[in-house]
Amino acid sequence: MTGAHNKQNWLVHVLMIAFCFVMFYPVLWWIGASFKSTPEISLPTLFPKVWLWQNYTEGWMALPKYTFTRFFMNSLKLNVATTIIHVISASLVAFGFARLNFPLKGLWFSILLMTLMLPGQVTLIPQYTMFHSFDWINTYLPLIVPSAMGGAFFIFLIVQFIRSIPRELDESAKIDGCSWFGIYLRIVMPLTLPALITVTIFSFIWGWDEYFGPLIYLNTVDKYTVPLALRMFIDSQSAVPWGQLLAVSLLSVLPPVVIFFLAQKHFVEGIATSGLKG
Amino acid sequence: MNAQTVQTPDKAGLYKGMEAVANKTFKGRWNAPLAGYLFIAPWLLGFLILQLWPIIQSFYLSFTEYSLLEPARWIGIKNFQDIAHDRLFFNSLKVTFLYVIASVPLKLLVALAIALLLNRNIRGISFYRTIIYLPSLIGGSLAVAVLWRNIFGLNGFINQLAIWVGIAPKNWIGTPSTALGTLVLLTAWQFGSSMIIFLAGLKQIPSELYEAASVDGASPLRKFIRITLPMLSPVILFNLIMGIINAFQMFTSAFVVTNGGPVNSTEMFALFLYNKAFGSLQMGYASALAWILLVIIGIATALNFIASKYWVFYETETEGRK
Repeated sequence: MTGAHNKQNWLVHVLMIAFCFVMFYPVLWWIGASFKSTPEISLPTLFPKVWLWQNYTEGWMALPKYTFTRFFMNSLKLNVATTIIHVISASLVAFGFARLNFPLKGLWFSILLMTLMLPGQVTLIPQYTMFHSFDWINTYLPLIVPSAMGGAFFIFLIVQFIRSIPRELDESAKIDGCSWFGIYLRIVMPLTLPALITVTIFSFIWGWDEYFGPLIYLNTVDKYTVPLALRMFIDSQSAVPWGQLLAVSLLSVLPPVVIFFLAQKHFVEGIATSGLKG
Repeated sequence: MNAQTVQTPDKAGLYKGMEAVANKTFKGRWNAPLAGYLFIAPWLLGFLILQLWPIIQSFYLSFTEYSLLEPARWIGIKNFQDIAHDRLFFNSLKVTFLYVIASVPLKLLVALAIALLLNRNIRGISFYRTIIYLPSLIGGSLAVAVLWRNIFGLNGFINQLAIWVGIAPKNWIGTPSTALGTLVLLTAWQFGSSMIIFLAGLKQIPSELYEAASVDGASPLRKFIRITLPMLSPVILFNLIMGIINAFQMFTSAFVVTNGGPVNSTEMFALFLYNKAFGSLQMGYASALAWILLVIIGIATALNFIASKYWVFYETETEGRK
């Protein structure tokens, strides 16, 4: 019995390794190609004969006026701001929905869940005109301010988590004369830490990949985020220097990948809990 | 799972979560009418100002001619009449439907197959999970769109492979008949997050069911059809609905890999809308398009829920098994 089982598991491993190899091959090729010269990229080899490390340095400085340091810093500043705001707002709102009872709560919560299915295109144009009238175009405000609402997905995720914390804790604190805000800050918040970490990771990673918002709201190069700068890189040269472009692109996906590896456990469970994206 | 992990709802379904939260937390009297509103104020204000009001406005704008530079001018249903005669609109609708119909089932089938394969006690599962999740992590980024453009390009990796296998190389991205296929593959490549949700769903099927079936001498195929599929069906529905909603709004890859070309063969709805709004500043026309998209997604979701009555299985009496 165990022998047959082992054999079966071996088969699974062989299948999985073959499958993972195919899945991962584009990434391997990407790494190899980022060190190649342009003619060599169209040769059927995985790794270059000569490793061109300068693809990275030249690619980093390929755009006029600003290096990619500027764009990475822009992306970083923007995403740290939106992530912090997301976490604070989402946890406050989630506490309200999970622990307090107030009129029309069920209605608001259903609406919150329904907005998860709302296509962004419907609010896009009026939002754009609204921010336009505030004179917010070409600032980070249209990208940062909406995160103050917490994000329906993040709120849902934390609500689910708070539900698993025993209510007795906050009820006894209530009897001791603790205010609702005190209960939120001193009791529920510390216990929700794993969920807050999940939200931090998701918010940062999705924000890092975000392309559409910056595309329509930012229009001078000095404010560009990494994805916009990459797009400019493609458009700026008539013959795309593929080696350099692939090198910088590879660097641009590193922050999410590194964060993913550091916090894998939370990440995977966060997706399994609600998995509303991707 | 220990106390430090995010609790998994009984079924990963959204509606299940909605129901559970409604039952467990919405009972009892109002204990904090004012404090409650203060806590949810950030979301509520955001919803009213950044979502509800814009939705109403975009409905109004869809009956106007509006270029941002001048005030909106009421033109009745002219936008919708124009859309009804717009060949590019029907083209984008066709392309989007093709993309949804091809990419969503493909992605879910691969995700389900791999989840079934991984749903056993084998070593190295977290390694496989990581490799498989990686494309979902980076797949939506501009960088991967750049990669795809190169891989499927004339001198790209796929053509090297084609030559090696003996197929005539072609410009996959530059040929109308294959361009959309490259985008479908890019989407299917990101099956990792759906796979993880399936895996979580599989883990919640009580093992007693399989044991009882084994005692009765059921074959693996029969167990799969009679136990796994029905027990997993709420999760399948959830992945299906979210996959369809996301696919209808696909933008970045279509914009960067193919930019709608060649000959509009990959001009997805969201891209068409973007071009109308920010390319030619036809904000009224684009608002009408956005409302059409909202209605399409609404109908698709409703149809899914209606159809689900016939194939999704809910444990009604034996709720709460883990």
